[in-house]
Amino acid sequence: MSDALVEISGLNKKYALSGGFLSPQKRIVHAVNDVNLQVFRGETLGVVGESGCGKSTLARLMTRLEKPTGGSISFKGENIFSYTKGALKSYRRGVQIIFQDTYSSLNPRKTALSMIQEPLTIHRLGSAREREEKALEIMNRVGLKKEHANRYPHEFSGGQRQRIGIARALVLNPELMIADEPVSSLDVSIQAQILNLLLDLKNDFHLTYLFISHDLNVIRFISDRIAVMYLGRIVELTTNENIYGRPLHPYTRMLLDAVPSCDPQQKERKMKIKGEARPQNGEGCAFQNRCEHRVEICEKEAPPLKKYDEQSHCACHRAGTI
Amino acid sequence: MRTPLLEIKNLETVFDTARGSIKAVDGVSLRVQSGETLGVVGESGCGKTMLALSIMRLVPGNGRIANGEIIFSGHDLLKLSEDEMRARRGSEISMIFQEPMTSLNPVLRIGEQIAEAIRLHQNLPAKKALELSVELLRDVGIPDPQKRIRDYPHHLSGGMRQRVMIAMAMSCHPQLLLADEPTTALDVTIQAQILDLISGLKEKNNMAVIFITHDLGVIAQNAQTVAVMYAGKIVESAPVEALFAAPLHPYTRGLLESIPAVCAASGRKGEHLKTIPGTVPGLYDLTAGCRFCDRCPDTFADCKSKEPTLQEVQAGHFVSCWKYDGKN
Ligand SMILES: Nc1ncnc2c1ncn2[C@@H]1O[C@H](COP(=O)(O)OP(=O)(O)OP(=O)(O)O)[C@@H](O)[C@H]1O
Ligand SMILES: Nc1ncnc2c1ncn2[C@@H]1O[C@H](COP(=O)(O)OP(=O)(O)OP(=O)(O)O)[C@@H](O)[C@H]1O
Ligand SMILES: [Mg+2]
Ligand SMILES: [Mg+2]
Repeated sequence: MSDALVEISGLNKKYALSGGFLSPQKRIVHAVNDVNLQVFRGETLGVVGESGCGKSTLARLMTRLEKPTGGSISFKGENIFSYTKGALKSYRRGVQIIFQDTYSSLNPRKTALSMIQEPLTIHRLGSAREREEKALEIMNRVGLKKEHANRYPHEFSGGQRQRIGIARALVLNPELMIADEPVSSLDVSIQAQILNLLLDLKNDFHLTYLFISHDLNVIRFISDRIAVMYLGRIVELTTNENIYGRPLHPYTRMLLDAVPSCDPQQKERKMKIKGEARPQNGEGCAFQNRCEHRVEICEKEAPPLKKYDEQSHCACHRAGTI
Repeated sequence: MRTPLLEIKNLETVFDTARGSIKAVDGVSLRVQSGETLGVVGESGCGKTMLALSIMRLVPGNGRIANGEIIFSGHDLLKLSEDEMRARRGSEISMIFQEPMTSLNPVLRIGEQIAEAIRLHQNLPAKKALELSVELLRDVGIPDPQKRIRDYPHHLSGGMRQRVMIAMAMSCHPQLLLADEPTTALDVTIQAQILDLISGLKEKNNMAVIFITHDLGVIAQNAQTVAVMYAGKIVESAPVEALFAAPLHPYTRGLLESIPAVCAASGRKGEHLKTIPGTVPGLYDLTAGCRFCDRCPDTFADCKSKEPTLQEVQAGHFVSCWKYDGKN
C-alpha cells in the first residue's frame, strides 16, 4: 500500500557524443544508469551529487522534456511515456519544475504578472479576470509585491526572479514540484529566504518535492529522504538522519567530509579525498579509483543498489563492514 | 609589530558610469603578513573582485583607483610605472581567477602556456621553461605531467584546469597570491583537494594569500584572518576563531545564521532558517547612514544618519557598527 506518487524503474538515459573531428567513433555517456526510485506523496526527496552525475537529466526525464533509453517512470500508477493526450495534459499541470538559472528561464520581454499567468492561459483555466486574480494572489504568497506585477525580469534581483519562477510553478496547483538547484546561484542570505519559502509552500499547498542540489547543507535542511548519485547511479538512498548520522557508502562519506565546516577549530578530515568522478571503461564499481576500501570484488563487479535495512539502500560491496 | 607584506590604506576604486559614479571599493584598509591567509568574504557585488584587481592594478575599463595606498614590500604599488608594475605582476604578486577557462588560452597547449608565463619573468631557454612546467604540474598534483603538457585546456576537467592556473600562478614563487573564488565553480570533493593544494604551497613558500570567497566554511577552514565586506566596505575583521565564535557585526552574525544545517551542526530539520531581511543596497542609491541599516535587527539613533567607521573593539577585532560606539 506504499503511497508512491512517482515510481521510477530501471531508468536509463544514454547520450551519444561525437568524439570530435579527429576521432570519428562515438562516445557514449550513461547519464542515468539503471535508476530505481520512489517518491512518496508529501515527502521531500533530496537528490545530491556532484556535477555531471545525472541529476538534471533525471529531472528532465521526469518532466518528459526527454525520453529515456530504457526503463519507465510512473506517476500515480501510470507510465508517463505512454500517456494519452488528455492524461499528458493533466500530468503537465500536476508536475512543475523550478530551475537554477531563472534569468534564462524567464522571458525578458514579459512582465512578472503575465509570466505568472501564462500557465493558466496555456491550460485555459478561468476567465482573464480570474487568471489575473489568481496570479496576484500567488505573487503575494511568494513574497512579491503588487508593484512588482508590471516589471520585467531585468528589474528584479536574483532572489526575486527565483520567486517569479516559483510562482509560475505554483499557479497550477501542482502535486509534485521538481526543483533543480533552485538556490544554487543565490547568496546565502537570499538562499535562506527562498528555502524558508519553499518549506512553507510545501505545507500550505501539500506539495511533494524532488529537490536537486549539489550542496549538502541545503539538502540536509530541506530533505526527508536523500538519494546520493554518482556517475549516473544512485549509490545510497536513505533518510536524512541516516545520511548525516550513519553514511554507508564511501562516496557519501567523502562528500560529507569534503564540506568545509564553519567551525575553524574543526580542521581534521576523516579520510583522504582524492581523484575525480571519471567514467571508467573497465568493469567493477564506478567509485573504485577513489575508494580506500576497495577489495578484489570491487574491480570485477559493479555493486547494485541493495536493500541494507528497512530505511536504507546502498550500492557498495562492503556496506556495513567498513 | 611586524611590518606587513601588504598594507592597504583607504583604497577607493570608482566606476564612472552613465548613472553616476559608484565606489566599488570604498575606503578599504587591510594588512597581510607573509605566510598568512586573509579571507575576504561577502555577498555578490560587494567589491571582492575589484579589491583584488585593484591590488593587481588591473581594474577594468571605466574603473579607476581614486584614492589610497597599496604598500607591498615597502613600495606603494600605485606609484609605480606601468613597466615596474608589470614586472611584479605574475612574479611577486599572482592572481587566480574563479573561471579558469576565461584566463587560459584555448588554442595553446598547457605546457606552452606555463612556459610562456615563466619566460615572461625569467630569462630561460624555451626547453628549460617547458621542463620547469612539467615540474610545476607535478607539484600541483596533475598525473602524467609529461603527457599533459601537450593537452589543450578543453581536454581538462574543471579541477585540472584550476590546478593548471595554480601552477601558472606559482611559477615564479610569488610572495602574495590573490585567489578570487578559486573553487566556487568546483565540486566539493575537488574543492577540498584544491584548497589543500593552495594551503600546502602557501606553507612551503611562506606566501601570503588573500582568499576571496562567499563561502564561510571555506573561510573557516583556510584563513587566519577574516575581512567581511558589505557594499564596498569592510564591516568587520578579526582572527578567524574570534570571528566565528563571537561575530560582532549584525551582518556577519546574520550571514552565519543563514547557513543551513551542517554549519549549525544540529540539523534543525523542518524549522525555519534565520534570515537577513531584504537585499544588499545598490551602490547607486546609498544613503548617508550605515549601509546595513535597512536590514539590521538592532538599530540606534546614529545608524540612519551617520556612517560608522571600523573600530578596534577587542584586540585585533575590528567592527564598523554604532552598537559598539560606547554610548549605545
Ligand atoms: N544533451 C546532452 N547531450 C550529451 N550529453 C549530455 C546531455 N545532457 C547531459 N549530458 C551528460 O550527461 C551527464 C549528466 O549530466 P547532468 O546535466 O544530468 O548532470 P548534473 O548532475 O545535473 O550536473 P550539474 O550539477 O553540473 O548540473 C553529464 O556527463 C553530461 O555531460
Ligand atoms: N565595469 C563596471 N562598471 C560599473 N560597475 C561595475 C563594473 N564592474 C563591477 N562593477 C560594480 O562593482 C561592484 C563590485 O563588483 P565586484 O565584481 O568586485 O563584486 P564581487 O564581490 O566580486 O561579487 P561576486 O561575488 O559576484 O563576484 C558591483 O556592485 C558591480 O556592479
Ligand atoms: Mg544539473
Ligand atoms: Mg567576484
